[in-house]
Amino acid sequence: MLDYFTAEMLARAQFAFTVAFHIIFPAFTIGLASYLAVLEALWLKTGDDNYLVTFKYWVKIFAVTFGMGVVSGLVMSYQFGTNWAVFSDKAGPVIGPLLGYEVLSAFFLEAGFLGIMLFGMQRVGRKLHFAATLMVAFGTLFSAFWILSVNSWMQTPAGYAINEAGQYVAADWWAVVFNPSFPYRLVHMVLAAYLTTAFVVGGVGAWHLLKDRDNRPARIMFSMALWMAAIVAPIQILAGDMHGLNTLEHQPQKVAAMEGHYETEKGVPFILFGIPNDAEERMDYAIKIPYATSLILTHELDGEVKGLKDWPRSERPPVGIVFYAFRIMVGLGLLMAGLGLWGLWARARGKLYDSPLLKKAAVVMGPAGFIAVLAGWVVTEVGRQPYTIYGLLRTADSISPLGAPAVATSLAVFAIVYFTVFGTGVVYILRLMRLTPGATTEGPQAGQPALPAGTTPVAAYLETTRDKPAE
Amino acid sequence: MDMLDLPLIWAFLIATAILIYVILDGFDLGIGILFPFLRRDKDRDLAMNTVAPVWDGNETWLILGGGGLFATFPLAYAVLMPALYAPVIAMLMGLIFRGVAFEFRWRSENHRGHWDFAFTAGSIVAAFCQGIALGAFVQGIEVSGRAYAGGWWDWLTPFSLLTGIALVIGYALLGATWLVMKTDGPLRAQAARFAGITGIGTVLFIVIISLATLSLDPRFMDAWLSTPAIYYTAPVPLAVAGATFWLWRSLRGGTDIEPFLAAITLFILSFIGLGISLFPNIVPLEITIWDAAAPDESLGFLMVGTVVLLPIILAYTAYAYWIFRGKVKSSEGYH
Ligand code: HDD
Ligand code: HEM
Ligand code: HEM
Repeated sequence: MLDYFTAEMLARAQFAFTVAFHIIFPAFTIGLASYLAVLEALWLKTGDDNYLVTFKYWVKIFAVTFGMGVVSGLVMSYQFGTNWAVFSDKAGPVIGPLLGYEVLSAFFLEAGFLGIMLFGMQRVGRKLHFAATLMVAFGTLFSAFWILSVNSWMQTPAGYAINEAGQYVAADWWAVVFNPSFPYRLVHMVLAAYLTTAFVVGGVGAWHLLKDRDNRPARIMFSMALWMAAIVAPIQILAGDMHGLNTLEHQPQKVAAMEGHYETEKGVPFILFGIPNDAEERMDYAIKIPYATSLILTHELDGEVKGLKDWPRSERPPVGIVFYAFRIMVGLGLLMAGLGLWGLWARARGKLYDSPLLKKAAVVMGPAGFIAVLAGWVVTEVGRQPYTIYGLLRTADSISPLGAPAVATSLAVFAIVYFTVFGTGVVYILRLMRLTPGATTEGPQAGQPALPAGTTPVAAYLETTRDKPAE
Repeated sequence: MDMLDLPLIWAFLIATAILIYVILDGFDLGIGILFPFLRRDKDRDLAMNTVAPVWDGNETWLILGGGGLFATFPLAYAVLMPALYAPVIAMLMGLIFRGVAFEFRWRSENHRGHWDFAFTAGSIVAAFCQGIALGAFVQGIEVSGRAYAGGWWDWLTPFSLLTGIALVIGYALLGATWLVMKTDGPLRAQAARFAGITGIGTVLFIVIISLATLSLDPRFMDAWLSTPAIYYTAPVPLAVAGATFWLWRSLRGGTDIEPFLAAITLFILSFIGLGISLFPNIVPLEITIWDAAAPDESLGFLMVGTVVLLPIILAYTAYAYWIFRGKVKSSEGYH
């Protein structure tokens, strides 16, 4: 048992742990930054102050999330070197410059304009403030572009050569950056971030509508989120399907693990659920849909699909985790699309804000995006094993010359710090979400009869926070 | 681009990025270090608001330093990170605490004290570990083949402890002089007193560490004291003396920006001194800049973007500082 805790296993656990925490924050901030830009644009265009109220509501949540994204990301950028020294030495010449571009084109952009976005309303004019919000949103997207290029290169390396020192070097930068799996992964991840945000926003809106069905900002959130679910979730399913076909082409073992198939066959059924039995190399208690896998993967009823037995065990990823995680992601994707349809149907009947059941479903689905994102990454990363650079560099050959105690200590420290710090952060975010949008104090809500002075509470709230153009 | 010595240019660029980081995050961390001495909550809020809009940008230079090293000197990155494992991880943890404290302390009245403490502790740990890493780096790192070959406590020596303490004091000086520049009234007066004390400490440590470095290895002695080197190196200590005098004078009367500039000058001079000791090695005494460099395809590819993007970054960073220029008033912040 103790042998299991080798420096390699611990380093893997540490990387998975820290990156899984990190991805939670960007998955939300990529979407939220764009959402904030849209809200601000709507406010500037329509002059409807409810959009500003909604903006100010989410910008605080954005700030807390972004702060956690930054500090957890900082850890990532040093972790390549601390725990994966051999990998860093060998792959540095190829992926290092891509990360360098991420810093130069994305991180500085976000950081430079974040201050203006958060603190600048009183110092710069409206247009300039909007420009700052846009820059932050672009920054998050650029960041996703580069980091996903890096990750995709590790999945489907291309455009490289090997030098005398044993390092991978770029032969063709275009081929490196736009490696075969990158376009699919970029689209799928950005859509995932948008969906994640949509479901959080929708869940929060729904929760407040359950208490007060007339709250205008909450209605805005709920309605916009359901539009996103209706439009983006089906696109995401399509994108996921295409991503899967791309994976089949380049990493067939991964797909075999996702599907849970051991035998190479024709007319393969889709295993809805089952328990992979890796020791005996078969699927126990499988519930199947006939021909479905062949149809999805080859677009023919009796198409042939390779099973895991085609590869020696030393070339196979762990099956169980990949198999379950894939089902969690796809299941949530289908549920998301389902909620979107439900929303469309309610809207078509003019009853979007009437059904408590729809609102409750939206609240329950609030965290779905995070779970799907994590599950998706687990499929991707565990499915790539036993390689860090697919087909080229094994995980076991990538690690730093460190003793297990050193890695174990740092892993323990990471676990304690992450759970306390980010756990507290999540609590603070939930508290911010509990505040009624548009209300500074308890009292009547927007849309209700005007107060004697002729101002609604929303207007009164804006009075205290309205931006002043630069002098 | 064949005419250019790309490794040398990159070494210079990365050193510059690290220097910019040290100065910019230095004053943020310095404020964290001085935080417990400031009055709750008014002065603390004010001090925090002087850096809240810019700290993230400041920290990004550290990411550029690490990411840039990975991209352009992967071998150095692969040797240094395991060698400095414990201080680097502890530094990252410190930066987590101080980074989230900017937001968290506004989110809970009851726990504000805790997050203030986290802000200070995180800043001190980060500064101290950076100093330790610097010391461990300067005293030399054991290498065999393409990997770190030392033990995992090698970074802990009297010399590295000395550099650790020195950096905490030096950052406190940057923080204090920043507050002199950005605030008014009692807080400014208090900051000026801190600047005096930490100024003395900083200069004292610069002298001690310089002498200690010379005694570490005869090669350092050569780099500074052999003729003709001494003609080029002698101006550095003289300039340090000049900057010290400037700091002292500006604190007793002068514009409020001068102490900060004088403190920065001390840091730049120390950094130049470091460069004199280490050049041309990137892993001290073992690996040179040229041996550690990534192939020219990588250096050139990143250089193209850097030439375009770095001036833009500097421009909008300067613009952001410009927007938040002047003394900070207590009413500001979006919380
Ligand atoms: C909201 C999040 C979300 C949702 C609803 C889905 N996915 Fe996904 N999926 C991701 C979020 C995600 C992800 C976290 O973003 C991953 C990990 C890496 C990546 O690029 O995307 C991912 C990876 C990923 C992969 C792995 C590709 C590889 O590693 O090579 C496949 C095959 C799919 N997805 C397929 C699907 C299908 C068929 C879905 C249909 C319902 C689906 N995904 C819904
Ligand atoms: C795009 C950025 C990413 C890069 C460059 C990256 C790179 C790596 C590296 C170097 C390892 C260690 C070696 C290995 O075990 O394969 C790893 C493992 C892992 N990563 Fe990622 N990763 C990224 C994103 C993510 C995300 C967002 C997750 C979220 C869950 C994730 C989950 C994992 C897991 C679970 C492992 C462990 C796999 C195993 O050892 O079985 N990764 N990744
Ligand atoms: C090993 C992998 C990764 C490394 C080394 C890394 C590094 C970093 C760093 C250093 C930051 C802070 C930047 C700042 O100061 O603003 C950051 C933030 C960010 N990262 Fe990552 N990251 C990794 C994985 C990912 C993945 C998988 C994604 C998503 C596709 C992602 C997207 C982002 C975004 C959008 C931000 C900015 C927004 C925020 O901070 O919440 N990163 N990352």
